[in-house]
Amino acid sequence: MSTPIARPYLEVKDLNVRFETDDGIVQAVTDSSFSVERGKTLGIVGESGSGKSVTSLAVLGLHRTRSNAKVSGEIWLDDQELVTATDEQVRKLRGGKMAMIFQDPLSAMHPYFTVGSQIVEAYRVHHPETNKKVAREKAIDMLARVGIPQPERRFNDYAHQFSGGMRQRAMIAMALVNDPSLLIADEPTTALDVTVQAQILDLIRDLQDEFGSAVIMITHDLGVVAELADDVLVMYGGKVIEKGPAIDTFQNPQHPYTWGLLGSMPRLDREVRDRLNPVKGTPPSLINLPDGCAFHPRCPYAGRNGNRSFTEVPMLRGDVHKVACHLPPDDRTTIFQQEVLPNL
Amino acid sequence: MLAYIVRRLFNAIITLLVVTAVTFAIFFAIPKATGSDPALLYIGKQSDPAAIEGIRTKMGFNDPIIVQYGKFLKGIVAGRDYANGPDVTHCPAPCLGYSFSTDQEVTPLLMEDLPVTLSLALGAAVLWLIIGISFGVISALRRGTFIDRAAMTTALAGVSLPVYFTGLLASAIFIYWLEWLPQGQYVPFTENPAEWFTGLLLPWITLAFLFAATYARLTRANMLETLGEDYVRTARAKGLTERVVIGKHALRSGLTPIVTIFGLDLGALLGGAVLTETVFNLRGLGYQALTAIRQNDLPIILGVTLIAAFFIVFANLIVDLVYGWIDPRVRLA
Repeated sequence: MSTPIARPYLEVKDLNVRFETDDGIVQAVTDSSFSVERGKTLGIVGESGSGKSVTSLAVLGLHRTRSNAKVSGEIWLDDQELVTATDEQVRKLRGGKMAMIFQDPLSAMHPYFTVGSQIVEAYRVHHPETNKKVAREKAIDMLARVGIPQPERRFNDYAHQFSGGMRQRAMIAMALVNDPSLLIADEPTTALDVTVQAQILDLIRDLQDEFGSAVIMITHDLGVVAELADDVLVMYGGKVIEKGPAIDTFQNPQHPYTWGLLGSMPRLDREVRDRLNPVKGTPPSLINLPDGCAFHPRCPYAGRNGNRSFTEVPMLRGDVHKVACHLPPDDRTTIFQQEVLPNL
Repeated sequence: MLAYIVRRLFNAIITLLVVTAVTFAIFFAIPKATGSDPALLYIGKQSDPAAIEGIRTKMGFNDPIIVQYGKFLKGIVAGRDYANGPDVTHCPAPCLGYSFSTDQEVTPLLMEDLPVTLSLALGAAVLWLIIGISFGVISALRRGTFIDRAAMTTALAGVSLPVYFTGLLASAIFIYWLEWLPQGQYVPFTENPAEWFTGLLLPWITLAFLFAATYARLTRANMLETLGEDYVRTARAKGLTERVVIGKHALRSGLTPIVTIFGLDLGALLGGAVLTETVFNLRGLGYQALTAIRQNDLPIILGVTLIAAFFIVFANLIVDLVYGWIDPRVRLA
């Protein structure tokens, strides 16, 4: 039985990830669905513990080595289902067709091996027929392409001998050495200072144009998403609570949590008010998620429509721009226009 | 790297100098404290005062302590002459003096014992490294399973049971009950390698059991920590096989702390495994030291102490060098 409509290049359907721990079951990701096409960028935003990283690690099949992790749902990459695939099938895709850039390149690179040898290793595992010399040239070429000066010399350096920005470039070179068609970047600029951040983002965008990859950009920095993403996924408590085209989501955010995220962004183009407006309260425990909408204990607008029962989980609703919120759309529009927008 | 080596070497020499000074001070202070006269220990109690004075002059007991220490150091490096007028005894380098009880030169005496201790320590080390590390790695990879629990329980027993218990138990079972092994006796390797092996097998196993237990627990803890590192996740994300991820990326850093502790353990053992040597009646440095302590034979005690210190310092030096080679970040520090 073949489907007449082609699947998106990456399609994740009803993804659930849970970890069994001594304290209970951690429901890290609940019923998440999204998709990315080649050449497009999906931004996933949310605070720490919202399930962003766990989602991306699930796509790469990196929870498989953890015996306490349970992943269910469907992950389709280029018409191949990955949740039910064997470990060996997924391993062969990892680092080849799909690759990942990690957050902190100092801890993500092995301290005892040279940067060059780590790139060579990444290349040769997917090109076992190549000899060391060819792989070495490929690695040096890759280092040059990500803008590392004197790549032949830096090839023999260790990660701790690189500066933060150069280290992240090397990490990117390692991820891209096999021309992946899906690239997941997990907070690639968090550990870097602002000027370097911009360079790294430019680099990722340039390389995406060159390779035509699908990119997932995980971040808590909405500025990064605004700059790079075609679509946005907002996650809270392991659930997707809002998703839509990036421009639309920024201009017309629908979920009170998204408003909170926008409100907590520092802005240089406005007069300095007293302080930032952080989202009040703490992220929910993933072992005991609040009933119904996970955000309701922190939501300043919860119960506005007289509905004080939160037992029901709000569904993602909408055509292109979707949101999961109990508040009726009209009320939300009014609140956003009158109470939120003037303070952004 | 060269500067690093030179620095370590210099440190090692300083440490050895300090150790000799301290042990020599003790050697000198003990007769004072116990009220015994080293000259008397040499010659026996009934001797006439002239003979005692002669020994004092010959052995240099009348010199100030600093001069005695200087002569002692010179003896180790270049050999020394003990002289009382025309009566001259030459002690070739490295000279550690003469035994109180047998009047023999200390150095050749200890050199006779060294191969026993060396065979015991090195053989056991090979065993405990292989057993300890493999069980540690398996436990870490199979964390929480039956294998893990069984290995760690055995390891706990290994750590808590003293050598004189496990050693005697092993002798009782394998030598006297099952009669698989001959009654232990040390045969030099050069004489008969097969008998050397069978004679040392039980001591090796006994000693290795104790250390393998510690190493298994340590390896397990280190591996568990390393397996959680970001760079191990990166290695998996690159699509490396689990064998390479564990065997190359995780093991490389997981075993680094083992190198340190192994250097110290081996160094300490080379100075004499007193309990194991005594239980199995092996005439090694530890056995020699024990006998010397019973007989108050200070020159031998001093000699064994110095050899032990030398091995520990030497092992530490090797550890430092190996560390610099394993971990590139150390070289810069």
